[in-house]
Amino acid sequence: MRKVGVIGAGLTLFRRRMLETPQELAYIAASRALDEAGLELKDIDCVVIGSAPDAFDGVHMKGEYLAKAGGEKKMVSRVYVGGATGVMTAISAWYHVASGLCEKVLAIAEEKMSPARPHPQSVFKYIWDPITEKPLNPNLIWIFAMEMHRYMAKYGIRKEEIALVSVKNKRNAMNNPYAQLPGNITVDDVLKSEVLVWPVQLLDVSPTSDGAAAMVVATEDVVRRYTDTPVWIEGVGWTLDNTSWPGRELAYPRYLENAARMAYKMAKIERPYKEIDVVEPYDPFDYKELHHLEGLMIAKKGEAPTLLKEGVFDIDGDIPSSPSGGLLGVGNPIAAAGLMKTISIYWQLKGIAGKMQVKKPVHTGVAQAWGDLMQASTVIVMRN
Amino acid sequence: MVTKLEKVGIIGAGWYGFRPQVKDLSFREMVFEAASRAYESSGIDPRKDVDTFVSCQEDFWEGISIADEFAPDPIGGAMRPTMTVPGDGIQGIIHGAMQILSGVSKVTVVESHAKPSDIEKIDKIIELGMDPLFSRLGVNVNFLAGLDATKFMKNYGIKREDLAEVVSRNLSSGFKTPRSSFASKVSVEDVLSQDFLVYPLSTMDIAKYVDASIVFILASEEIARKYDPVWIEGMSFSTAEKLGEAEYLSIASRQAYKMANVKPSQVDGIFVDDRYSYKELQHLEALGISSKEFLRDQNIEVNPYGGHLAKGVPLEASGLSLLLDAVDFIEEGHESAIVASWRGIPTYTGSVLVVRK
Repeated sequence: MRKVGVIGAGLTLFRRRMLETPQELAYIAASRALDEAGLELKDIDCVVIGSAPDAFDGVHMKGEYLAKAGGEKKMVSRVYVGGATGVMTAISAWYHVASGLCEKVLAIAEEKMSPARPHPQSVFKYIWDPITEKPLNPNLIWIFAMEMHRYMAKYGIRKEEIALVSVKNKRNAMNNPYAQLPGNITVDDVLKSEVLVWPVQLLDVSPTSDGAAAMVVATEDVVRRYTDTPVWIEGVGWTLDNTSWPGRELAYPRYLENAARMAYKMAKIERPYKEIDVVEPYDPFDYKELHHLEGLMIAKKGEAPTLLKEGVFDIDGDIPSSPSGGLLGVGNPIAAAGLMKTISIYWQLKGIAGKMQVKKPVHTGVAQAWGDLMQASTVIVMRN
Repeated sequence: MVTKLEKVGIIGAGWYGFRPQVKDLSFREMVFEAASRAYESSGIDPRKDVDTFVSCQEDFWEGISIADEFAPDPIGGAMRPTMTVPGDGIQGIIHGAMQILSGVSKVTVVESHAKPSDIEKIDKIIELGMDPLFSRLGVNVNFLAGLDATKFMKNYGIKREDLAEVVSRNLSSGFKTPRSSFASKVSVEDVLSQDFLVYPLSTMDIAKYVDASIVFILASEEIARKYDPVWIEGMSFSTAEKLGEAEYLSIASRQAYKMANVKPSQVDGIFVDDRYSYKELQHLEALGISSKEFLRDQNIEVNPYGGHLAKGVPLEASGLSLLLDAVDFIEEGHESAIVASWRGIPTYTGSVLVVRK
């Protein structure tokens, strides 16, 4: 298998109601990634675009529209696995290079949620089975409330334990210059915030965000020419469960375990809880970070809240989790958020994460994203 | 770009539909039918033998947000590595091939489908593909094709009669395959007698939409040798916006030819997007084949089964429709073919494959 590495990354601010167009956001992130890599757009031979539902931007064939932000006259295409798209964009960039077809690939992920009217949630009115589910007009937060409830009920987890994720991630985001909702909040703040759909409350949820992320992925030869501190992509995995979410055991993301096993096998990781130094699990809701730490087999089923309470996932803990601040603190422009998580791991492994840099030395990092009807997961393992 | 790679083989294919309206099956059932036929044709068990799955679809065509949620079930991809490429089926084939060449998969399934008969106002959907600030013109989407055709015809000295010749030839060639809903005996005069919809195009110059689902099974060189494969020797896609020329195919074909170490004149058959009659000629020019020479020389095999004009346009499955023709062509005893797809108005994206027995 060819060795593939990362040599640059860039982010825009994550904010609600950004004035830039989706193309401009993608262009800003791409320019920053190219600057960090020391490359120009003309040096790039292939471009991979990641963006989640077209309805957010209100543009059909959004990949064609975003291609104008750097893909013109190049081998450019878009990949899509709902909310799991951001990490899939990095995975696709990896196989563009690992296949031997491309040498230098620009991976760009963009999302502009805030223009959706009356609220971005309205876009999610059309994600259901058009015959059996749409007539019931479900809301996305309702089904995640069901999942959160099931997770809590199955393992006897309390809301206070889950709220610690929101507290940790928003605190970590204080160190992130791109973050939308950093803050020093308490468990009490989370428990007293507005109830959306019980048990989901306002501070359990990531915000509506606009933003873009970009990363430059290249062959071993190019990586060694451009940097003395390479970061390699050593494992990738992705899995989709079936469409029928009501029949699924919601307490445990088995599809994530499959994706993680695929990535770990490639990266030769046998004991994830011992071998992974830093992790960025997808956290659009606070309970999801715990859910995903278990699916990634970093914590045993139902035990992530205990490890969280013990400080294992703190920035100075044994396995720092979401040192970027995650979606809860940095924001959740869906596809861009997943690529932001991948970039966070890349910066950690390269040692250039600034104030976000975790305290312990790190050699192996994992980023993960999640999406569709509680059915998709994407996992990437990187090493320095 | 690296040019010489291992080969990827096509070891199975299945299709369903190719009718203006498939009334009795949902899009998921259509995909299931095509997938079952592809697995039957190759003896592949999707639950055991397939490593990755690729689906090609766009949310707005489906009328479903995050339509990739529906990708895994009908192709046997649930709880497996399934992902979507929102693009033409040939882009999906190339993503599948890259997954194989990277070593992450040995057998990959690529699916695309279309049910345009479910779409109430397709022109309005296409308009949403245009830039929201600059080019949502609110005019007939074929107007852009008219502009493109006029510029192309002026630059290359192509006449209206030449377009009529393409229509006449492709509609009659369609009789060679059961997938052609629109095959007919139409003369050049019949086409020329039509009123213009948008100058220089009549409704006969524009391919109709069809419902169809297509599934291909790709395999690594090692696995494919156990079958009777059609090899993919060159592949690329590109996006390049230029009115009057298909620069996207010039760029993609140069790369694909280099990879396959081939010139277009050495290939037996050309399967090229002809959803507008002029596009067949414009795409040939982009592939490095003189359109005038093609019009003069009846021996150059271009769309020998009638292209989209005869079979219709199954949206993102259009490229796979051309690839089905190319595979049939090779199975009939020919050696090699070029497949060149386009994503249609308002895109400037095309893909090229070079395939060989």
